[in-house]
Amino acid sequence: MLRYIIWRIAVMIPTLLLISALIFIIIELPPGDYFESYAAELRAMGEGVDMDKLEALRAEYDFDKPPVVRYFHWLAGMLQGDFGYSFEYQLPVSDVVGDRLWLTVLVSFVTIVFTWVIAFPIGMYSATHQYSWGDYGLTFLGLIGIAIPNFMLALILMYFANIWFGTSIGHLMDQQYLGEPMSWAKAKSILEHIWIPVIIIGTAGTAGMIRRLRANLLDELQKQYVMTARAKGLHPFKTLVKYPMRMALNFFMSDIGSILPAIISGAEITAIVLSLETTGPMLIKALQSQDMYLAGSFLMFLAFLTVIGVLISDLALALLDPRIRLQGGSTK
Amino acid sequence: MNAPLPPPGAPLEHYVSTAPFDPQSVEVMTEEQMRVYQASQMRLMWWKFKRHRLALASGIFLATLYVMIVFCEFLAPYNLHTRNVDFIHAPPQPIHMFHEGQFVGPFVYGRQMNLNMDTLKREYTDDRTDVQPLRFFCRGDGYEFWGLFEGDLHIVCPAEGGQMFLLGTDRLGRDVLSRIIYGARISLTIGLIGITFSFVLGIVIGGLAGYHGGVLDLVVQRIIEVLQSIPSIPLWMALAAIMPVTWSPILIYFGITVILGLFDWTGLARAVRSKLLSLREEDYVLAAQLMGAKSSRIIGRHLIPGFMSHLIATATISIPGMILGETALSFLGLGLRPPITSWGILLTEARSVSVIAFYPWLLYPMIPVILVILAFNFLGDGLRDAADPYR
Repeated sequence: MLRYIIWRIAVMIPTLLLISALIFIIIELPPGDYFESYAAELRAMGEGVDMDKLEALRAEYDFDKPPVVRYFHWLAGMLQGDFGYSFEYQLPVSDVVGDRLWLTVLVSFVTIVFTWVIAFPIGMYSATHQYSWGDYGLTFLGLIGIAIPNFMLALILMYFANIWFGTSIGHLMDQQYLGEPMSWAKAKSILEHIWIPVIIIGTAGTAGMIRRLRANLLDELQKQYVMTARAKGLHPFKTLVKYPMRMALNFFMSDIGSILPAIISGAEITAIVLSLETTGPMLIKALQSQDMYLAGSFLMFLAFLTVIGVLISDLALALLDPRIRLQGGSTK
Repeated sequence: MNAPLPPPGAPLEHYVSTAPFDPQSVEVMTEEQMRVYQASQMRLMWWKFKRHRLALASGIFLATLYVMIVFCEFLAPYNLHTRNVDFIHAPPQPIHMFHEGQFVGPFVYGRQMNLNMDTLKREYTDDRTDVQPLRFFCRGDGYEFWGLFEGDLHIVCPAEGGQMFLLGTDRLGRDVLSRIIYGARISLTIGLIGITFSFVLGIVIGGLAGYHGGVLDLVVQRIIEVLQSIPSIPLWMALAAIMPVTWSPILIYFGITVILGLFDWTGLARAVRSKLLSLREEDYVLAAQLMGAKSSRIIGRHLIPGFMSHLIATATISIPGMILGETALSFLGLGLRPPITSWGILLTEARSVSVIAFYPWLLYPMIPVILVILAFNFLGDGLRDAADPYR
């Protein structure tokens, strides 16, 4: 087991390095840099540009060095918890970000738990009552969940919340708690707000998971050991819970790896529509103003979150399923 | 057959049946079985696909849509950019058939606009005396068909001097229905072009990795893993954001399709790779190699066609993701830019709660998006089942 964990973490490192290189290339792609657009903006506003000061700034942030040097600088900084400097806010990235990273983690985590809690019983019901009306109805609901994109669902919920309750949903906490340190009142406020984004983000993932779980469980239910257990007179419920369910549980763990990127993607878009205090709205603002270090750090963080999530799901799977531990090789 | 036995030592009489010989007489096949037995693979797939009713219906629905987008200038009652300044944010006008108990055929009632001075809201009321029958195959707004020929023929247009906003108008008084029809052209093609792009990438990269194996395979596998572990929408957002503002809308359109395709090939490449890994051990591959065929020929001519149907099914399932991606990007203002109109662009109008509360008809573009996504999902399911007709 220990060998597997070490091997799995060792594999993660080149993956993260490649991701960081990719993200750095992306943030370096646009022609010019922030200082040029800043200077152009100043000129457009009719203000004089102090070229010396600009050059000094450039030198301070290594913009006069080749990209490769800057990449390693960025990478080394990140390893020490220094994510670079946001030019837009004139602050270090870590100060700008504040709570947002943790709130993103929180929203993603709660969404996954929600996905599980909803998908598990429904998938089980669908598989054991194959081709019943309940199965058809739930399958149809699931398809609708897949077909409606997150941001539209957010719009629709906003619309109905407006009609029915006359209030606007959105945000992750009451406005008075913004920027305040964590307290019981703030935590309560977050809990009151979090369920709407969680439902919105969770639908697509839940629907997909129900479909896959149903197919998986149906395969399992046709196997001979189930028939043996039934023939020996085991109660149907016990037969289901004791054997096929445990197999399905493995699949449940490994499925996180495939739904996590989708959940994080959806969380970003939903956050923008509902203006949640997570990374989404700030990421899009940073992208639009070409504040590339801020955007790059956000992208890196999201990718890191996904990689860690997949790692945890793989380790949990190895804990559950000895075959994977022994095989030690491929991840899927 | 009670002939007496010949005397001892003499040969037995040789029996020859005179009945005509039928080699299949042991297992007689009915006409029906014969048809299945002799059918080509394509035909088998078609039969299997046909049984999946929902997939068939979705296929027909999508085919109709794709034919429609060729003629959208003709189908839309208004031009894409026509502004009706007197009818800003007008709600949808229902089509009536009977006027005061009398059949008049399809018509709409005229509209009267009052500006409510308290709320500054435009309020439209039906003028029950003003019957405006619709015209069919009529002359209406001028347009340039495909930007090539001038024309003004429409399948349906409002009465002379009348209006017909079946799905309402937006903040510039443009007809929402017409804009949805025009938007279909962009939204539907972006998925197709994007998938073509990722299809080629997937087959080439996956094919090389699967066929050659070794270091190349290892590198490709790592790259796929990396790409799949980055959440796609933030990545698309970043790439869309770095497209220069100076680009023309058409260039942006192609840029977006490339971005969508650039990160979507991983699933296809994985499928190609795993399939090739097992197929390359087949005897016919060895035969081709011994005859001196190059690897590009072996992959392209001998290996890929064997599971092309699987690939097409896989590709179909990933089209909705691209359409949704474009819609989301455009909705966020990072994707296409006006005057190019897609469903995502139309939905940007409905971004705030107040707009949705006052003008809910601006959410109508959502309906075609949902229908198209569902249809592609069903079609993909049907194709996947049909791709392996022998099972």
